[in-house]
Amino acid sequence: MPDYKDWNWEPDKKIIADVADIGNKYSEVHEFVVSGDGEKIAVPVKTGDGEFTACVNGELWDARFERLWYPRFGPDARLAALVMSDDEWTVGVDGSVWDEKFEYVWNTQFSADGGRIGVQTKKNFQYSVCIDGKPWENTYLSIREFQMSRDGATVAVLAQLEELSEADVFTFLDGTWGVVVDDKPWDDKYMNTWGVTLSDDGRHVGLQVRVDNMKYGIVADGKLWPEIFAHVWEPGFRPGTGSLLAPVKTAGGFALYEDGSPIWDSRFMQIWKLVFSPDANRVCAVVCPEFGRTTVAVDDRAWDITFADVVRDQVFSPDSARVAAITKDNNRWSICVDGKPWPVDFDMVWKPAFSHDGSSVVAKGEQDGKYFVAVDGRVWNQPFEMLWEPIMSPDGAKVLLRYVEGGKYCRRVMPLNEIK
Amino acid sequence: MQDFISGPLVWIAFFVMIAGSVYKITAMIKAAKQEKVIMPYMRLSFSLRSLKHWLLPYGTRGMRINPVMTAYAFLFHICLIATPLLLAAHWKIWGIQFPTLPGRLADLMTVIVIVGGVYFLQRRILVPYVKNVTSAADYALLLFVTLPYITGFLAYHQWFDYGTVITIHMLSGCLMLMMIPFTRIAHMLYFVFTRAYMACEFGFVRNARDW
Amino acid sequence: MKYEPRPEVKDDGLDESIKKLTPEKIKETIRFALDKECGARLKVYMDTCVHCGLCATACHQCISHDMDPKYAPVAKVKDTLVEIFKKDCKVSPEFMKLAARIAYIECGGCRRCSMYCPFGIDIAYLLMVVRRICSMLGVVPMYLQDTTNSHSVTYNQMWVQQDEWIDTLQWQEEDAQKVVKTARIPLEKEGADIMYSVIAPEPKILAQLLANAAVIFAVAGLDWTMPATDGWDNSNMAMYSGDFESSGRLERLHHETAMRLKVKKIVMGECGHAFRGAVYDGPRHIGQAYPAVPVIHAIEFYHDLITSGKIKIVKKFKKPVTVQDPCNTVRGRGLGGKLRDLMNWLCEDFRDMNPRFEHNYCCGAGGGVINCGPPWTRNRVVANRTKGDQINATGAEVVVTPCHNCHSGIEDIIKEYAPGTHVKFISELLVDEGCMEIPEHLRPGGD
Repeated sequence: MPDYKDWNWEPDKKIIADVADIGNKYSEVHEFVVSGDGEKIAVPVKTGDGEFTACVNGELWDARFERLWYPRFGPDARLAALVMSDDEWTVGVDGSVWDEKFEYVWNTQFSADGGRIGVQTKKNFQYSVCIDGKPWENTYLSIREFQMSRDGATVAVLAQLEELSEADVFTFLDGTWGVVVDDKPWDDKYMNTWGVTLSDDGRHVGLQVRVDNMKYGIVADGKLWPEIFAHVWEPGFRPGTGSLLAPVKTAGGFALYEDGSPIWDSRFMQIWKLVFSPDANRVCAVVCPEFGRTTVAVDDRAWDITFADVVRDQVFSPDSARVAAITKDNNRWSICVDGKPWPVDFDMVWKPAFSHDGSSVVAKGEQDGKYFVAVDGRVWNQPFEMLWEPIMSPDGAKVLLRYVEGGKYCRRVMPLNEIK
Repeated sequence: MQDFISGPLVWIAFFVMIAGSVYKITAMIKAAKQEKVIMPYMRLSFSLRSLKHWLLPYGTRGMRINPVMTAYAFLFHICLIATPLLLAAHWKIWGIQFPTLPGRLADLMTVIVIVGGVYFLQRRILVPYVKNVTSAADYALLLFVTLPYITGFLAYHQWFDYGTVITIHMLSGCLMLMMIPFTRIAHMLYFVFTRAYMACEFGFVRNARDW
Repeated sequence: MKYEPRPEVKDDGLDESIKKLTPEKIKETIRFALDKECGARLKVYMDTCVHCGLCATACHQCISHDMDPKYAPVAKVKDTLVEIFKKDCKVSPEFMKLAARIAYIECGGCRRCSMYCPFGIDIAYLLMVVRRICSMLGVVPMYLQDTTNSHSVTYNQMWVQQDEWIDTLQWQEEDAQKVVKTARIPLEKEGADIMYSVIAPEPKILAQLLANAAVIFAVAGLDWTMPATDGWDNSNMAMYSGDFESSGRLERLHHETAMRLKVKKIVMGECGHAFRGAVYDGPRHIGQAYPAVPVIHAIEFYHDLITSGKIKIVKKFKKPVTVQDPCNTVRGRGLGGKLRDLMNWLCEDFRDMNPRFEHNYCCGAGGGVINCGPPWTRNRVVANRTKGDQINATGAEVVVTPCHNCHSGIEDIIKEYAPGTHVKFISELLVDEGCMEIPEHLRPGGD
């Protein structure tokens, strides 16, 4: 990831673009996206009949396309969009397009530093991936998931490796799906493959598989864990290690396993969404202690408080000590930190973020069509027309706000203690 | 013998029926809690809303499109429960004075139970989709349920040998009581619960009517 | 009356699959299903049923077969679960084939019989237990299993590739713009109010329905989105095949997708079983009592749009129309009243069916029955003569039904029993038949 310490953290408010003006200038203006550092705002606009391009900070890309969509800023603030010209699709990056063209491209992904950009591709009814304009040599019958390692050097996909004719339920049982890593398919095929994940260094690959009608397993580096389970969910590698964790359903309920053995004593009705602490020593997950109730469990201990509807998007503090998560109860969204719910709730709430020292939590919330910033359960009485998730400064004293107010897109760094 | 049947056996029968019923219902509630997907949806208001329709004659569409069956079913069940409860002779066993039915009305109600039994019997024999699912146990159950009423009727009218008839009457009555929790007659225990559960799945969960 | 035996039907999903079964494997599997997955309901229902047969009069299959006893709901339980209990789970592969036929083909899980059972026994649930056992044993009608396989791989029911999905939406957006120039299908719009979800037949074979939706959303001026990832398909045939693991997995993704897009609710197209999957069965399969994101069915959605004045009805459809109440949104959500409001607002000559509302007969296609595919089509049509009679009695020329299963099922039925009749979705009345006003300034070329 590019060092966000290098971003401009001086308390300041800067108007970056006139969003209202962009809206008036073009007959079609789609959805705005902003870069992580807040310096850029982009949107696909229609510039003429059947003619689209990207508008970045009010400036248009030179090229025009029959279609442009899914603009996404990478971590390095480069803008990649999916573009079509002459019925051929490719990727446009900061205004220049890849030479290679396809019948279709989608699902743009970036490496952690944004240096590498990949997409799924389709050509002649065959599926593959293309990284930085260089397509893989092989193509596959279908590809449904695609993962890039943090450094972008390794790419793993889940691909259909065997033909399957219509309603052939028997070949399906034998296994038609498998893993392809850097364009090399693994030997084993499974009924189902899901949730492929890579270790930080890209040297290890893990996934969920279904080995038989009622039998599920976890595969690490091509080897199935010895134990077979009634169900499994997305595995994840402990950061910086090749150690794979996964929620698995055993006779006593869902359990958390690491490298094939249980690491939590507790059993739950459900465990999913593993999140690791930055120091890699702790893990938390969304769990159901009983039917219809959900909460967070951190290192085998579930919070006392439970919620009826949803718990998701847990996040550890940078010091690995605290956990915050989004909650929903009775159709009201809120934030819960270390088992203590915020006293406010919203129509919608976004993933929370901790300050560097872990003392504060900030989140974006929506109420009655307006967006707000909330810190530690207090809502700042400043509504925005549009707002992206606030980002804490490295020293934890400031917050970067990216918002639209009065038709203008602004980037503002302000001291945390001014948000009251 | 007679003393045992009219004395301790009646107590035993009631004890077995009550204890058995309590056990069965407790076990059912425990199992329902274990099944997870039942209790979170149970609501008294929706249960009562539906039960009101199911306890009233012709309160549901199903009852209205099967009018004869409904008439028999209601009369049979009402008389089946009310007659023994409100019969003066029964309370005399314990020497209790209780507002009871005139003998002739009780007699008529007994006849209704017997005629109802015959109606159900012919249904089991003559209606193909009922016959198909009827087993020997169903016939036996019908017999065990109606036997106290048949013998009660015979005893009231003093047909055949009264002593024998009344003995069979008391024996079969006690037997039926004891059978309640342990045979399909348990539907009288479960009815409220099964119906209430469905009422909640329809009414509370799905905003729909189940009558 | 002499009743015919069941006609022979060849289905490899049943015929071939049972060849791999042994009595030991069957016994072990059934034991597991009954002991580990069932509880109070199964036990109490089995103890309570007095074999009165009143459920027979509720079942369209039984009625359509002239009250043939084998099609009575209670007989379906007797011939499957009761037999299993009687034999202490020691049943043969051939038995499992018959059990599968009864559970998948001869019961669609419409739950009408529960409204006629004095005890409210959930017979459809009991037959779902049989389906679960069959699914665990791999004895599932071939086409239904294929649909479930598709769900497990693609999270949609028709093997729609990810690019096909997005491409279709983009193409339908262009089509919608021919009707309303501002129409869009906003993909991946984080923070929209509504995620609109559909079932796979829409992109695969009925793509114009997507354009219709885009037109309705544009005229109503709503903030909506559709995902450009898996999780867009709200259908759930795994729930019907008995593969509850896949059912839970795909419903989780459906709701996860809505939450990723930060929408406040999911509005779903005109499909009934999808509603059941997304709101009732799916959440329960993953330990949730209620859906993570509120789900609004198209009936309710259109009703809200009209009553709130977001869309206006300017024309009534002229032909005589009747309506098919989809089980899963009428018996399954109580939307019968709103459906009739819509019919009366949109149609000049609306003729209601009898019986109706919660008491309406299933189309015969629901519950995964139509997904059992071509081998069983004839069987399905014969088993729902009742529906043909019901439609004919109205004298309607058009049957409106806000459900894909009903739509396809009724199409087969009218071919046989009510030729000349047609089936329509509500969105077709709104958009294609011009019942909904499209303001001049939104029309292509308008200002």
